[in-house]
Amino acid sequence: MTIEVLRPGPLCTVQDLGRPGYAHLGVPHSGAADAASLRLANRLVGNPEDAAGLELTFGGAALRFHAPAWIAVTGAPVRMTPGGMNAPCHVPAGATVEFGVPSAGVRTYVAVRGGVDVPPVLGSRSTDLLSGLGPDPLRAGDRLAVGRTSEPIIVDCAPGYQPEDEPVLRVLAGPRDDWFESLEPLARGSYEVSAHSNRIGVRLEGRPLVRRRAGELPSEGMVVGALQVPPNGLPIIFLADHPTTGGYPVAAVVTTADLSRAAQLRPGQRVRFRLIARS
Amino acid sequence: MRIRRAGDAALLIETEAPHRVHAAVRALALPEIVGVVPGARTVLVTVRPGTAVDRLGPLLDDLRLPELDQVAAEPLCFPVVYDGADLDEVAALTGLSRDAVVARHVSAEYVVAYLGFSPGFGYLTGLDETLHVPRRDSPRTAVPAGSVAIAGPYGAVYPTASPGGWRLLGRTTMTLWDVDRDPPSLLQPGTRVRFAAERAEVRAVTPAGSGRAAAGEVG
Repeated sequence: MTIEVLRPGPLCTVQDLGRPGYAHLGVPHSGAADAASLRLANRLVGNPEDAAGLELTFGGAALRFHAPAWIAVTGAPVRMTPGGMNAPCHVPAGATVEFGVPSAGVRTYVAVRGGVDVPPVLGSRSTDLLSGLGPDPLRAGDRLAVGRTSEPIIVDCAPGYQPEDEPVLRVLAGPRDDWFESLEPLARGSYEVSAHSNRIGVRLEGRPLVRRRAGELPSEGMVVGALQVPPNGLPIIFLADHPTTGGYPVAAVVTTADLSRAAQLRPGQRVRFRLIARS
Repeated sequence: MRIRRAGDAALLIETEAPHRVHAAVRALALPEIVGVVPGARTVLVTVRPGTAVDRLGPLLDDLRLPELDQVAAEPLCFPVVYDGADLDEVAALTGLSRDAVVARHVSAEYVVAYLGFSPGFGYLTGLDETLHVPRRDSPRTAVPAGSVAIAGPYGAVYPTASPGGWRLLGRTTMTLWDVDRDPPSLLQPGTRVRFAAERAEVRAVTPAGSGRAAAGEVG
């Protein structure tokens, strides 16, 4: 059974839950930027949560199914024909599913029962846009094999991503908050999401953080959700394809629970941060 | 050793012996630890979300560091053809002859402090101080795989074709990165490395690489 990409939209990649455990060799984690949405889509079609699906960036894709399939679509809300989001949908053989542009958020996930079956690289089918590992971003005419599963579909509807006008992301200070005069701009200000954002990071525009000390930070390991602050003082929120090490100080880190919402931040949207105490 | 929090699922250990701490944390083999990433002066320990990271602190405080000779076996030796595009410039910057630059590069023994920038790219410490030269002002858009290079206090070999701003001294035909090999990277944190000058007329084959845009780091 195959899926034919008639139109990929602005960016369509294969994503699973990434390549954990290789960061010490310089391999980014990668995987779905909004992992919660991919996990949900997989559950809705009876897949293991780590099966590979498609990550649509700003929707716009058209997929033809050459055999009957069960799919589930989650994440940034789009109009899709036929079918609807956050529930299993049956697609008859030969049907084309078209995706509109999301009304909020950035990334929409398409899971197909059995999982997208492309050759894994280092244990993952994810496209890593930083290192180039995994399959290339999909192009019109690409055909994707679909795997098999015998697990039953036990979920028929689930709450998906809830769009927000001005999300507030919870962050923990550090590990390099002592490199800055204060985190006050972060805690009190609001930032605009830059158009120069991608799977590597969300760039922000707003009040810069002011360095307390000069000099260069010796390169150190980076975590997903890190607010890395380059010399211009404007934080970049690291997403799935972030580099494994970096030489700019990290002022604060987004909590694990809020990472998926960070991955749905849309250029032009405003975002706030709330510093929380260590748990 | 000072231990800092890096969000709700990681600790950052500050240490003067990153690759030894890296080995020691891996040796703990704790199921909640999902990543151990050395940096130049730190080791990042990431844990499964939901783990009480503060409880790991005391364990890490009591780490027993392995001796250096337990960490690394015999040094890997890279045969190098020293015909790099920046050899003359490095000679000019250091006031040495080309031959003296090569002699100092091969006489040192290196240790992989950490990897980063791209998969399999190791930062080699141990470079002769006279060879500490800054990166190029303008990085090259394409550096072939196997390029042997230096920048600042570090040496490196480009594992795949990529953009890069380091000064190129030569090239090796050794394969540093192969996703079908286990482990995929020839270099690991703590690997000892030597270089040996070799004469050769055959140019290294360079596989096509991929785009890079690392934040805060340039190779």
